[in-house]
Amino acid sequence: MPDKEEVRIGVFVCHCGSNIAGYINIDTLVEYAKTLPNVAFVQPNLYTCSEGGINEIKKSIKAENLNRVVVASCTPRTHEPLFRSACAEAGLNPYLFEMVNIRDQCSWVHMQQKEEGTHKAADLIRMGVAKAAALEPLQENELSITRGALVIGGGIAGMSAATSLARMGYRVYLVEKQDRLGGMLNNLGTLAPGHLPAADVVAEKIGEVKALSGIDVRTSSTVTALDGYIGNFRATIETGGKEDSVMVGVVVVAIGADVLKPEGYYKYDGQRVISQFELEGRLRQGLDESIRSVVMIQCVGARSPERKYCSRICCQTAVKNAMLIREANPKAHVSILYRDMQMYGVENETLFRQAKAKGVRFMYYDPKQPPEVGGGHVKVFHQLMGKEMDLPADLVTLSTPLVARPDADPIAKLLRVPLDENKFFLEGHVKLKPLDFATDGVFLCGSCRYPANVREAVAQGLGAASRAATLLSKEKMFTSGIVARINDETCIGCQGCQDVCPYQAIWFDDKAGVCKVNSVLCKGCGACSATCPSGSAQLKGFTSKQLMNQIDEVLAA
Amino acid sequence: MEKVEGDAGNFKITVRKKARYVDDSKCTGCGSCAEKCPTSVIDDYNEGLAERKAIYKYFAQGIPSVFTIDAPHCRQLGQGKKCGVCAKVCQAGAVDFEQKDQIIEFEVGAIISAVGYQVFDPSVIPEYGYGKIDNVVTAIEFERLLSASGPTGGHLDRPSDMKTEKEIGELKKQVNKAGKGLQRFEEKFREASAEFHKKVESGAVSPDDEQVEWMTKYAEFAGMESRLHSLEEKAAKFDVATHLAFIQCVGSRDFRFYPFCSGYCCMHSVKEAIIAKEHESRTNSFVFGMDIRAVGKGFEEYKVRGGKESGIQYIRGRVAEITEGPDNNPLVWYEDTRVREVKAKEVDMVILATACSPARGLDKLAGILDIELDEYGFIKTNPINPLDTTRKGVFTCGCAQAPMDIPESVAQASSAAARAAELVIQIEEKQVA
Repeated sequence: MPDKEEVRIGVFVCHCGSNIAGYINIDTLVEYAKTLPNVAFVQPNLYTCSEGGINEIKKSIKAENLNRVVVASCTPRTHEPLFRSACAEAGLNPYLFEMVNIRDQCSWVHMQQKEEGTHKAADLIRMGVAKAAALEPLQENELSITRGALVIGGGIAGMSAATSLARMGYRVYLVEKQDRLGGMLNNLGTLAPGHLPAADVVAEKIGEVKALSGIDVRTSSTVTALDGYIGNFRATIETGGKEDSVMVGVVVVAIGADVLKPEGYYKYDGQRVISQFELEGRLRQGLDESIRSVVMIQCVGARSPERKYCSRICCQTAVKNAMLIREANPKAHVSILYRDMQMYGVENETLFRQAKAKGVRFMYYDPKQPPEVGGGHVKVFHQLMGKEMDLPADLVTLSTPLVARPDADPIAKLLRVPLDENKFFLEGHVKLKPLDFATDGVFLCGSCRYPANVREAVAQGLGAASRAATLLSKEKMFTSGIVARINDETCIGCQGCQDVCPYQAIWFDDKAGVCKVNSVLCKGCGACSATCPSGSAQLKGFTSKQLMNQIDEVLAA
Repeated sequence: MEKVEGDAGNFKITVRKKARYVDDSKCTGCGSCAEKCPTSVIDDYNEGLAERKAIYKYFAQGIPSVFTIDAPHCRQLGQGKKCGVCAKVCQAGAVDFEQKDQIIEFEVGAIISAVGYQVFDPSVIPEYGYGKIDNVVTAIEFERLLSASGPTGGHLDRPSDMKTEKEIGELKKQVNKAGKGLQRFEEKFREASAEFHKKVESGAVSPDDEQVEWMTKYAEFAGMESRLHSLEEKAAKFDVATHLAFIQCVGSRDFRFYPFCSGYCCMHSVKEAIIAKEHESRTNSFVFGMDIRAVGKGFEEYKVRGGKESGIQYIRGRVAEITEGPDNNPLVWYEDTRVREVKAKEVDMVILATACSPARGLDKLAGILDIELDEYGFIKTNPINPLDTTRKGVFTCGCAQAPMDIPESVAQASSAAARAAELVIQIEEKQVA
């Protein structure tokens, strides 16, 4: 763009139905925006994000010869990419776009104050216009993509991801810490519903893995280092003390979860009071016939102050095992003491119904009045009967939650991805990106995200493969234009920026004595520019000049 | 979709694209047609709580942003009357009354059926009074009432109150009209209708035939006016709904209807109760359920927070009956299992968490696709191959196969795409080889 080109800003003010227009006077904003410097065109839209609204932006860029676009609407978090691409489609550099949030940060919080809210929205628009005038076109970096994937974890989720990627024609490195594939399923007897033998499921899946030449299985192995970035990761895999380095375009995390050992709960002793997980092992060998009564207690160490979450799959596991006991020994009494029977969906509820028909007894307990275990009995207050029940229990089974593996933490650090408060991996968006991380090129599936049964783990494994394939199937990709830049003429080489960079995107060039930015790793967080004492580190799209323009405008009011 | 021929990797599909009577290449979605259209129709998108025009967009952000004529309701297309107002006002010339259904054929390697589900109609459950008691609504209807762009702008106006407001509006028009009708007599006899009425009542005058007609009209007018006053008095006391009862497992876990659990409804009710509290701080919500199945990531924590911060009370048990109490307030009859007592709770509104039924027409689609359905009418899959139907090359995801929530549906959608891609890529490779 020539230096002296006249700045012509188009401002689009969104009603968002009544979300904004219901609480803020749009006409006032439109008239006000027309008075601002450099503004050449202003238009209100019922929904700027609708196809009609987007077409209006594109049309106006051409018809009004606009070279900057400001949309005053909702949040850039959800809608900036859409508006940017509208600019790009109309031939404008997509970074000559500025978004002003007059909904989430204005109309929604000032619903009772129409006049003041309108005034604030006008301030926000004035700031946005001032910043837009100083925007510069930015370029995106082109990257090549290595057409291979690293799958960490060889359980059912990881194997499902690996087989799917291999069938799509990609090279897969499947890394498993244990000496064999199968993960948690290796420890289970049968699976709910339908009592499928877990061993058969594992054997079939391993058969698929082995039949695919594209999968390089590394058992007894761990990933010890991961460098690089989306499309071009270099992973170091250690097997028996030897390290090997492979190049992949994407990483899928499928490390599963552990079962909590119920130490300290309900007189757990591993003999007469065991975990549901330990019962799985005993059931495989056949339960001792002397056991005539079994009491199962749900939510042991879960849905409690120390572990607030529900582990999703323990109720179905208990019901399945209760049925197995009744089938093997119809005289055995089995009672399940529960808080809510989490038999969600079609299959689980069917199983629940079948269990009741088979004579498994279900009793609600109030967590404020938990059951008492001792001397071959379990005492529990039965609310419907209004009295305490004394249940004989040759065996007490405690259903404990799945908990994050200890290696979740180091792996998260290695991949630079976040964990949630329970140390499960934190997906990119709870609803819309369940299998993606916020970090590009890294995906997740199975119980390392949140407890999942086999059906769910398989589906998630395939889903993560699909998400990974959307990248691997591209010849090349582009990174964001909003990255940091360090001016090497003014940089004093203090390396303060390097210390604060959370993405290890900054390195110190010894020879030149200045810091430099790897613009692929840079996520545009701006920590470096806020730290730099000489103002040499600038975040493109958020330069000091652009931000000062905004601040000047808000103070000018 | 009308026909599927061929096999996995080489399907030939025949699709009928229904006429929308608007050329989608010309329509800009400006909406001036709907503004001028003279015909109002009950709005399905707003669950019948609002009206739309006969030319309409199903909802504002719909893609593509193109209007459609609802032919059976259109004066010109459906009722053989002369109209064409939409065509006249459309500057893009997009309205096309002659448009016909199109038959489109295309070739694909794999098919994914993601037809979703349909909400169970609770009017078949006699004891819950849906359709008879105004203030018993479904969770989806309640969703529209909570929506800022919905029929009430997000205010929890009660359906019975809205009905009364509507009646007031209509009565006002009638009273106005009847009042004008009286003017003719009042001018002729130079007396106010009420004054003359008093005289007739007291026997001071004996009216002639025309005056009898006058007084008959006046009686009608006075009747309407007094009804209007009493309704207005009633309406002056209207308030938004602040006491809400959410009833779980309506049509689900019920042998008469669907024995399965619909999975997402517990969280839906918790969410609606939390949002209701955000809209109106006086809100008290009661969630009645056998189990509160908060089984997704973060769901249990959300449920507990709803109890602590939004004051939701969770009451264990299945509601036996809903009756109508004073002031159109529903009464919820239930056994409080914690104290083993039958109780009735009076609330302003009841929200039914209705079951997830198989999509309408899924049986027909299954016939066309040649796939099996399960005993409830969802697409049959198995736990080890959760996206595969009984036919090779045909996959499914989301609520078409069983009830599930958004994250699981989104994950499954990717999974189904993976299964389809595996197949298509392998076939392409074979063709290259």
